[in-house]
Amino acid sequence: MTTMTDRKLTMQKAIAEGIAQEMAVDPSVFVMGEDVGVYGGIFGATEGLLDKYGPERVIDTPISETGFIGAAVGAAINGMRPIVELMFVDFFGVCMDQIYNNMAKIHYFSGGNIKVPAVLTTAVGGGYSDAGQHSQTLWGLFAHLPGLKVVVPSSAYDAKGLMISAIRDDNPVMYMFHKGALGLGWMVNNPHATGPVPEESYTVPIGKARVAREGTDVTIVTVGLSVHKALDAAALLEADGVSAEIIDLRSLVPLDREAIVASVQKTHRLLVVDEDYQSFGMSGEVITTAVQGAFDYLDAPPVRVATPDIPIPYSHPLETWTLPSVDRIVAAVTEMVSG
Amino acid sequence: MDIPKAHLVDMYETMVRIRRFEERIRELYFADKLPAFDIAAGLIPGEMHLAAGQEPVAVGMRPHLHPGDAITATHRPHHVAIAQGVDLNKMAAEIFGRETGLGQGKGGHMHLFSVEPNFGCSGIIGEGMPVAVGAAMAFKARGTGNIALSYFGEGAANQGAFHESLNLAALWKLPVVFICEDNAYAISVPKASSTAIPDNSDRASAYGIPGVLVPENDPVAVYEVMGAAMDRARRGDGPSLIEIKTDRLWGHFEGDADAYRSDEFKEDMNVRDPLVAFGKRLVEEGVLSEAEQAAIKEKEYATVEAAIDFALASPYPAPEAALNHVFA
Ligand SMILES: Cc1ncc(C[n+]2csc(CCOP(=O)(O)OP(=O)(O)O)c2C)c(N)n1
Ligand SMILES: [Mg+2]
Repeated sequence: MTTMTDRKLTMQKAIAEGIAQEMAVDPSVFVMGEDVGVYGGIFGATEGLLDKYGPERVIDTPISETGFIGAAVGAAINGMRPIVELMFVDFFGVCMDQIYNNMAKIHYFSGGNIKVPAVLTTAVGGGYSDAGQHSQTLWGLFAHLPGLKVVVPSSAYDAKGLMISAIRDDNPVMYMFHKGALGLGWMVNNPHATGPVPEESYTVPIGKARVAREGTDVTIVTVGLSVHKALDAAALLEADGVSAEIIDLRSLVPLDREAIVASVQKTHRLLVVDEDYQSFGMSGEVITTAVQGAFDYLDAPPVRVATPDIPIPYSHPLETWTLPSVDRIVAAVTEMVSG
Repeated sequence: MDIPKAHLVDMYETMVRIRRFEERIRELYFADKLPAFDIAAGLIPGEMHLAAGQEPVAVGMRPHLHPGDAITATHRPHHVAIAQGVDLNKMAAEIFGRETGLGQGKGGHMHLFSVEPNFGCSGIIGEGMPVAVGAAMAFKARGTGNIALSYFGEGAANQGAFHESLNLAALWKLPVVFICEDNAYAISVPKASSTAIPDNSDRASAYGIPGVLVPENDPVAVYEVMGAAMDRARRGDGPSLIEIKTDRLWGHFEGDADAYRSDEFKEDMNVRDPLVAFGKRLVEEGVLSEAEQAAIKEKEYATVEAAIDFALASPYPAPEAALNHVFA
């Protein structure tokens, strides 16, 4: 795996490059979804692909998600490797059956005889007042359903490597990119969205967490844009003499439970930051993992900073209050270490 | 034109009000997103889908509406909401995220809900169509004499909800009118690249209901076709599907580079601006003089300005108010 490079890319460009490189080497890879062609994807994940590979392999679809996501399943079990885009994860409601009853289960139903090597890309996340039907993350919902891998990159390097891994994976992979982590010029400016990305093709393994920052006093387990918020919070906490370790899960399924347990054994404290709804989701799963694997090491009850169990409100002050923030992370850690 | 003058004047006034509202929202949307566009910044953050050019599809039904009729609209809802008479102050306040808004700032521009008049919309494509079917079921069961109107874009006609809703409404002979706003594009995807046949109105035949194409973006043509379909629904003769060729004068959302539509297409569209065309026709036919139209503009601009002033003078909701209204 290559790791040294001077070249910097945004996460959006890294995703598009990963797809382009796999399309170059594997003719069975094709892309379909709404506005993935001429427009290059509303969030740029398919930028430049139509020019390179043409309309046979980069297909603009009608607004028929059940139809084209179901078609991706059919293509995947018949020799192709489709990358299919659900523009916003919030739209899953119109096509969920094809995702969880079909894409996720056919391999199992076939006794392992049939593989479904499809990648379902989708944009997630809030923080820009797009209200309750365009701001959710919902990764916990998909992670809950057996048979889907769920990948959530937070850095440009990981985004490319995880995309290439997802395309090569023989399982259906949901690849969820956070709109605020893509480095889009028209989205809230985010310096963490740009980073070194090697030009050549490389993979990042699905199911291995990354230590985004080493620390000794508290473990912050998180994913997606919240990794960036946790990094900013950790910088502030350091000024107060608190050393936070940050675990970027990179995927919810498979969940790197060993990484969670190892870090909690080291720091003795756990905060989970999850932009998804708080109850019945990722934060509960991570805490269970830590309690089961590092019970005797814990010096404090685990804490979570998540989106409360309410639809994401539109108005700016309401949304700001609702979503995990640097301030909420700093406050939660400060209380935990002083308690 | 065999239409009462009052209806023509009302449609013109409403078109002026809609256009002015969209223009002012557009100005204020961009005002503090400069020099670099940041979708999250400013008085109105988030996505903004404006309907300038699509006024005829909204105002043509207006004179035929009865109190209590239900309307479901789309992610591009302002023109329809204004035409139905949704409180403009509260609507503006919602768009600006204020406590005095229709939803106290919870919903925003894609999620405007009003009890009286009975209006709702959604950011999910096709979502309003089954809801209109259900509203019609309720009206029929309760014997209110009301009807439901379901607005949707031509892009939504390829969604399962479209076909399921048409079948249900036809099967149960419900008082619904389905109105397809065909602005030829679903974001960047032209209709010809998304739809297997040229006219969605032809799809009505698959459900045994009337399908009518309105080929020009003209309030008078819409008025006539909608009048017949709404009467039919009200009489208990069942649903209709209307497709209206219209124009989205601006980008899909504000900030859209709109590079997928050719300059020629955009120029043609601006030349046939329905507000200008309707104004001219009303002068020619002696319905409203230029001076009368200028007076209407002045009055409607003031109405819109008052709504925006109301919104801007209203407080934001308290942050913890986010927790309210999850359950009844
Ligand atoms: C189920 C679903 N899929 C996709 C989208 C994203 N989306 C928002 S508007 C739009 C285009 C809609 O086109 P059309 O129905 O023609 O309405 P128009 O925008 O032209 O008014 C799309 C694809 C969505 N909101 N919901
Ligand atoms: Mg359209």
